[in-house]
Amino acid sequence: MKWIVKNRLTVTFLLLGLLIFLFVLVPLGKMVISSVSDAETLWNTILDPSVTSAIGLTLYAALIATVIGFILGVPLAYLLARKNFPGKRLVEGLIDVPIVVPHTAAGIALLFIFGRKYLVGKIFGSIGITFVDSLAGIIVAMLFVSIPFLIDSTKEAFKKVDVRMEKVARTLGASPWQAFSRISFPLAWRGIFSGSIMMWARGISEFGAVVIIAYHPMIAPILVYERFETYGLNYARPIAVILIIVAIIVFILLRTLAHGRNND
Amino acid sequence: MIEIRNLSVDLGEFVLNDVSLNIKEGDYFIILGPTGAGKTVLLESIAGLYPIKNGEIWLRGMNVTALEPEKRNIGIVYQDHVLFPHLTVRDNIRFGLKMHKMGKQAIEERLNWIVELLNISHLLHRKPDTLSGGERQKVSLARALSTQPEILLVDEPLSALDPENRETVQQELRELHRKLGITILHVTHDFEEAISLGNHIAVIGEGNLKQTGTPDEIFRRPNSEFVARFAMARNILQGEVINKPGKDVVFRTGDTEFVVVSDKEGEFHASLRPEDIILSLEEIHSSARNCFKGTITQILDKGSTLYITVDVPPELSSLVTRHSFEEMELKEGKQVFVTFKASSIHLF
Repeated sequence: MKWIVKNRLTVTFLLLGLLIFLFVLVPLGKMVISSVSDAETLWNTILDPSVTSAIGLTLYAALIATVIGFILGVPLAYLLARKNFPGKRLVEGLIDVPIVVPHTAAGIALLFIFGRKYLVGKIFGSIGITFVDSLAGIIVAMLFVSIPFLIDSTKEAFKKVDVRMEKVARTLGASPWQAFSRISFPLAWRGIFSGSIMMWARGISEFGAVVIIAYHPMIAPILVYERFETYGLNYARPIAVILIIVAIIVFILLRTLAHGRNND
Repeated sequence: MIEIRNLSVDLGEFVLNDVSLNIKEGDYFIILGPTGAGKTVLLESIAGLYPIKNGEIWLRGMNVTALEPEKRNIGIVYQDHVLFPHLTVRDNIRFGLKMHKMGKQAIEERLNWIVELLNISHLLHRKPDTLSGGERQKVSLARALSTQPEILLVDEPLSALDPENRETVQQELRELHRKLGITILHVTHDFEEAISLGNHIAVIGEGNLKQTGTPDEIFRRPNSEFVARFAMARNILQGEVINKPGKDVVFRTGDTEFVVVSDKEGEFHASLRPEDIILSLEEIHSSARNCFKGTITQILDKGSTLYITVDVPPELSSLVTRHSFEEMELKEGKQVFVTFKASSIHLF
């Protein structure tokens, strides 16, 4: 420990770092601990069907959004990593806009496209898919706000794969598709996977955009909000705790999975 | 075998213009040029990996200019090997065979053949990042040769290696070329490497092809200042190293014998830098083991320095300052002594 004391920079940074770490840890920790001490309420909340279905819906909708994001986002990320074209920087900038737009504003913007009276809403309406107050609406909202995480991470992962890997593969007889699927994709997989986790996690935590486009069926963050508004803090807390625990478990699980591949 | 006609490539900052080469079946062809002359891009263009602006590439009488790289069957070995890091050595080598949809039996046979040829069977289960530089080089060669390409393109294969490995790999390339009779196109910035490996050399620089010929032609009769600069950096001689017990090791070229420092024997090239040769009017008695009388045959004025060619024979080029030049009253036809240390001679 001697070296730490000697190094003032390390000491200062350690204290500042500790402060922000506690700022993140304490609110979550206190809520979880105080809630666990009231085990009965927590248990009843877990058994409450409206709670379990809200959590299930949240995980499911975020997963579908991530799958759609994966199918549409990976190709774009690859193009952004490999090709140069006019307006590329603009595209890269625009892709990140959902991160900075207030999410309620994003929800309203989406409503103008996916609402029953508007273009895309009408087209999908004709095949029986509506977005307002439906699963499809939740997915669209989650997709919109969380896609930048997948695209950015995937793009960086593809950039790290030496383009000459593909070139060598081509001289060995691989088509562009084979060079992609056998070389670039597996080599970028770690980054793509962690980007997908980030996207999924971001989807699970989404509130603002979803509340505008689909208040019902109710996802967990909206349920917490509704209980808080209607019954007060004590009723909102157990659900919030369960949500946090589920999120942490899922996050740790996936991070471990990604890390396991890391050491491969 | 392979013909490059008026090839032009746009590299952004500069261009490669109007390059024409004709490489014969079984040739060991060297492209020599300074770093940043676009040598790698030239190789990639030939393989179909880099878009060309103008010109044609013909392979065995067929115009392949518009053909995709996977249909050309041209192998490439990059300077830093570019092995697939997620695959074992075995799967790296099998990659091309699988892409060519060869049967299981045929793949195994080919794998064994190439692995034995390069002596790397003990590496098959390893991942690339656990290999040494020399081992990677071999695996990279094995991968490129596995599909039995029409021509093997090799990009600066020796420059990333330490001197010891360098000689081994150089020897291996020579062996491979001899055993397989494969056509090799090898790019390098190293003049000695070019001389010792190539049957033919093309010098590129300043965006175009400067000269093509045998190593001897390039060295003896450079057609431009640029090529001369490459070649003039050294005196390069061909001869034999004779190593007799109890005697000085000598390098014999023609009727002249230079004392050298070496434990080798046999046919070699020797190089000697002009600045390592001392000119004098009288014979010098010193620790330098080589002192010969010769006649000045050529004087090349470079301003503050001059290249003086002295015919011993062989002809040796020496670098002197203008001050010495004037003081010694050097001129063509004058007799002088050349002196240099045995250790100044580099054998390769």
